[in-house]
Amino acid sequence: MSAERGSSPGQLEFRVAIRDAIAEELERDPSVVFFGEDVAAEQGGVFAVTPGLAERFGADRVFDTPISELALAGAAFGAAATGMRPVIEIMFGDFMALPMDSLVNQAAKLWYVSGEQGSAPLVVRSAVGAGGRFGAMHSQSPGTWFQGIPGIKVVAPSSPGDAKGLLKAAIRDDNPVLFLEHKRLYSIKGPEPEHEVLPIGEAAVVREGRDLTIVSISKGVRDALQAADTLAGDGLDVEVVDLRSLRPLDSATVLASVARTNRLLAVEEGPRTGGWATGLLGVVSERGLHDLDDAWIVATEETPIPYSPTLEDPFLPSAETIVESVRGRLGTGVETAA
Amino acid sequence: MSAPEARRVESPTAPERGEPAARDYLDAYARMVVIREFEQTIHRLFLKGEVHGTTHLSAGQEAIPVGVCMALAPDDYASGTYRGHGHALAKGTAPEALAAEMLGRATGVCGGRAGSMNVVDLEHGLVGCFGIVGGSIAAATGAALSGKREGRVSVAFFGDGATNQAYFHECLNFAKVLELPVIFVCENNFYGEFTPMLRVTGGGEIAARAGAYGIPFEVVDGNDLWAVRAAAAGAVERARSGAGPTMLECQTYRHFGHSKSDPARYRPSEELERWLERDPLTVARRRLLAEGVSEADVEAVETEAQGEMERAAEAALAAPYPDPHERPATEFKP
Ligand SMILES: Cc1ncc(C[n+]2csc(CCOP(=O)(O)OP(=O)(O)O)c2C)c(N)n1
Ligand SMILES: [Mg+2]
Repeated sequence: MSAERGSSPGQLEFRVAIRDAIAEELERDPSVVFFGEDVAAEQGGVFAVTPGLAERFGADRVFDTPISELALAGAAFGAAATGMRPVIEIMFGDFMALPMDSLVNQAAKLWYVSGEQGSAPLVVRSAVGAGGRFGAMHSQSPGTWFQGIPGIKVVAPSSPGDAKGLLKAAIRDDNPVLFLEHKRLYSIKGPEPEHEVLPIGEAAVVREGRDLTIVSISKGVRDALQAADTLAGDGLDVEVVDLRSLRPLDSATVLASVARTNRLLAVEEGPRTGGWATGLLGVVSERGLHDLDDAWIVATEETPIPYSPTLEDPFLPSAETIVESVRGRLGTGVETAA
Repeated sequence: MSAPEARRVESPTAPERGEPAARDYLDAYARMVVIREFEQTIHRLFLKGEVHGTTHLSAGQEAIPVGVCMALAPDDYASGTYRGHGHALAKGTAPEALAAEMLGRATGVCGGRAGSMNVVDLEHGLVGCFGIVGGSIAAATGAALSGKREGRVSVAFFGDGATNQAYFHECLNFAKVLELPVIFVCENNFYGEFTPMLRVTGGGEIAARAGAYGIPFEVVDGNDLWAVRAAAAGAVERARSGAGPTMLECQTYRHFGHSKSDPARYRPSEELERWLERDPLTVARRRLLAEGVSEADVEAVETEAQGEMERAAEAALAAPYPDPHERPATEFKP
């Protein structure tokens, strides 16, 4: 995996990467349809991700729905079970609580419970994450709500290239995939992906280092990369691993990294209790304890997400809080591999 | 199945029956002016970077919360939406506390934690404003369970788009089966975000949906304070007498786009102009004068309302930001 991923310049905007992925899959496979609230409007949804798709592919393939998230997910399930490949948009990840029954009790169950007669190849795209002053009901990261549900994949890209490759893989996947797009990433730019599809379930070492492994996903990866640059100035050589999906969880890549660095920091935008970071540290202590000198977590406090800037900023992990945490934990005189 | 017998308790603050006096309408008009001034102030402060994230302004829809709250007692319950500034102000939240909340200040009604979309003011019976479309319908339905014991009624404010949510259908049926003292007030402004109501509403009728659940319903001119108050008074009386829920579809129009980032290009300009002519403030002002209220009295309340909002904004702007160390967050009530 290239060490420059996510930091080298490029022209592909994150929201356009997503638009292109949907368009290319609509083009390539007539069973793909895309629907959601206001996605076919001129604006192309509230984050302007999908303008032009409705005009290009017509109302049979790309259409607006009523504000009915349970119907959206349920319809996607029924359509997927009968041969279509629906991609739906749940506008904000917070609204995922409404369609959750269909996703958890229908889509995630079909393959196993039917004795492998059929599966539900659907994709649920959703804008997630905090930092935009959107308050407690428009800022959550619901990936962990689904991480413990066997039968559904949970993907969250950190760069435009990954977003495109992973979304195309998600649409081609024969299983339900939750595809989480961090709001703070929509306007970033990066290089086009090297390959057409990026397999789901493979973490990436996005920066190599010998002293500490920082694992994150989505926007957290960018924060970790920025923190790693700062920490390099302290003489600390940080490796950064992008999980890219929470389920399947590529613990092998994390274990291999920890085997090299012997230290693990997991950075999660969400509460520590019941979060993916806690689960990851569990896996590493179960299977990699012999490699481990230290392991800890940077996460949020155990409260809903606040609105006011003076409350939201310190609430969230950032490059600064990662640097601070690493310095606090390892001290300045840490023995480095160099 | 017949609904269980409700044990009625006389509300200590039950409003007087009958048509309010001209003075009451003048006060209500003043509240509408406060809401309008509030929305314009928030719009200005947003452009100056003092209000963060997003806001959904209710300018153009003021007659609905104000008219409904005229028919309520102060201790009745209400729930609102992310377009909820008017809901809170009509229910009794102080403009200063609400403005400070929008500005993320420590003196905000929720200490700066809620922001524009999720305001809660339990002291004034506002169970909550919900960023989730449809959430207000459930909150008010549940508050009506309390209300039924206490002799209070409960009002859910929500939009036309919310009537396509499971929340709407489940709660209407639930409220009818239990004959709850709840009033479902749909502010039909004919658009969801960017999508016209008729394109996403099967059957094209909103109020009539309540009929399917055996709930009395009425379509109301939502820009006419008098019409809204009268319809609400009937519904409140029905609820207090134990006759169960009512649905009011109040037809109206928002003056601004859906949220701060929406220029509302999808609305034909003739349509907007037509509705602007029926601005609920203009309608109310004209009626007040026709009813014999003097121009001087109307101007006096307008000036007073503008002054009240100006003072509120100044106080909010001068208020401190919350300090997480000063008031550490707790996950649970101890
Ligand atoms: C469950 C849910 N789905 C979608 C949204 C995004 N959203 C916010 S407001 C809105 C339109 C709501 O329309 P309507 O109910 O008519 O109320 P209005 O905004 O017109 O007052 C949408 C889709 C949301 N907040 N919650
Ligand atoms: Mg509406």
